[in-house]
Amino acid sequence: MSTVAIIDYGAGNLRSAANAFERVAASLVSSPEIIVTADPEVVRRADRIMLPGVGAFADCKAGLDAVAGMTEVLEERVIRGTTPFLGVCVGMQLLAGEGREKVITAGLGWIPGAVEKIRPTDPNLKIPHMGWNTISVTKPHALLAGIPDGPNGLHAYFVHSYHFLTDDPAHLLATTDYGGVVTACVGRDNIFGTQFHPEKSQALGLKLIENFMGWTP
Amino acid sequence: MTLKTRIIPCLDVAGGRVVKGVNFVDLIDAGDPVQAAMAYDAAGADELTFLDITASHEGRDTIFDVVARTAEHCFMPVTVGGGVRSIEDIRKLLLAGADKVAINSAAVNDPDFIARAADKFGNQCIVVSVDAKQRLDAKVGGDNRSEWEIYTHGGRRPTGIDAVEFAAKMVERGAGELLVTSMDRDGTKSGFDLKLTRAIADSVEVPVIASGGVGKLQDLVDGVTEGHASAVLAASIFHFGTFTIPEAKRYMADHGIAMRLDAAAA
Repeated sequence: MSTVAIIDYGAGNLRSAANAFERVAASLVSSPEIIVTADPEVVRRADRIMLPGVGAFADCKAGLDAVAGMTEVLEERVIRGTTPFLGVCVGMQLLAGEGREKVITAGLGWIPGAVEKIRPTDPNLKIPHMGWNTISVTKPHALLAGIPDGPNGLHAYFVHSYHFLTDDPAHLLATTDYGGVVTACVGRDNIFGTQFHPEKSQALGLKLIENFMGWTP
Repeated sequence: MTLKTRIIPCLDVAGGRVVKGVNFVDLIDAGDPVQAAMAYDAAGADELTFLDITASHEGRDTIFDVVARTAEHCFMPVTVGGGVRSIEDIRKLLLAGADKVAINSAAVNDPDFIARAADKFGNQCIVVSVDAKQRLDAKVGGDNRSEWEIYTHGGRRPTGIDAVEFAAKMVERGAGELLVTSMDRDGTKSGFDLKLTRAIADSVEVPVIASGGVGKLQDLVDGVTEGHASAVLAASIFHFGTFTIPEAKRYMADHGIAMRLDAAAA
């Protein structure tokens, strides 16, 4: 049976992510096993890897670093290997070269760029950007297939004050609008990341997770 | 594309059961908070809030089961308030599947608790409940204080703390959102205290949820256009079937408020 590893490094609402993945898995013929794990060996054997994350960039990075051997296994499987990888919220931001939230912190550096504060042009807009917004696909991708985008498309649930600015526009896959362009999805090769929470985004989220489970990059 | 205004139904729960029941749809068990949550999820609610009003300490653990079962079925954000007093309480709720916790008395008693909670779990999941009442001694313009003071213990205990100052202080400590409830309006169906909502919404950077007093759909519109709230919370108008979530969303959209209409089942 194929497996999806959801990495437990003390950051985030793992139950919600696992619930959403289990819901989708149960509907698939292949019915992959969802494993929430802090064990790098389990991650090494997984067919797909999901990295969640909420809170501050520096705390999440420190949490990931504190799991002995995890970053090494991730690099072996995702960078040198081709295992499909999904990062969510801060789990997506960690892909950047550095985070600039309160302090400057080195990220995983898998996708060149930096994580910066959102600066809406309209000063009346609240920070965090919290709630439901539509997305706009800037570069078609297998994980976004079948998801209606644009102003009349489906909504995704966002909650964040910082976003990922990629150095290479080719790595920016979808955006949203909040007093200016805000990054919604990034990716390259077998790596994909969403700023919004698929596990909280009802129809859009379940579709994206389903796409991830069937993705062969 | 714009961020949509959120409609948040709130379920009062005691000992794992919905207080007063929910009559808006044919539920097998109208007292089961999970069934009510699933019905709201299907109706297109943007978030859900559980307020645990369990009086006894022993009954408190029932909320964890309610949250865990809800999170298995509802893929939308869930906030839990009531009795959240320690880092351990927050951790247990988040592990059960809650996305945010609403903190009231503990924030008033120890503002630094909010700073510790936000540092540990992130600002995004720390909501501070601002339960405010008009001051009896309010002389508008007569002193430097606002017209409202903070109450704790479900609106029974006055604190003498200025509501607008308190709100700003909570955001400074790391609250990611404020749930502003007018204890004067709560249960009256006479609409939100719009002056209170606006006074706080205009003075902080984070989103404000307006709460307390909704009786008709225009009240929801006013909360946003006049109260400057980012989200509106209501209980009885939805529970008793006076209005459905899709009706409320449609009404607000018809009055020029950006709403998420794709999720409504009917």
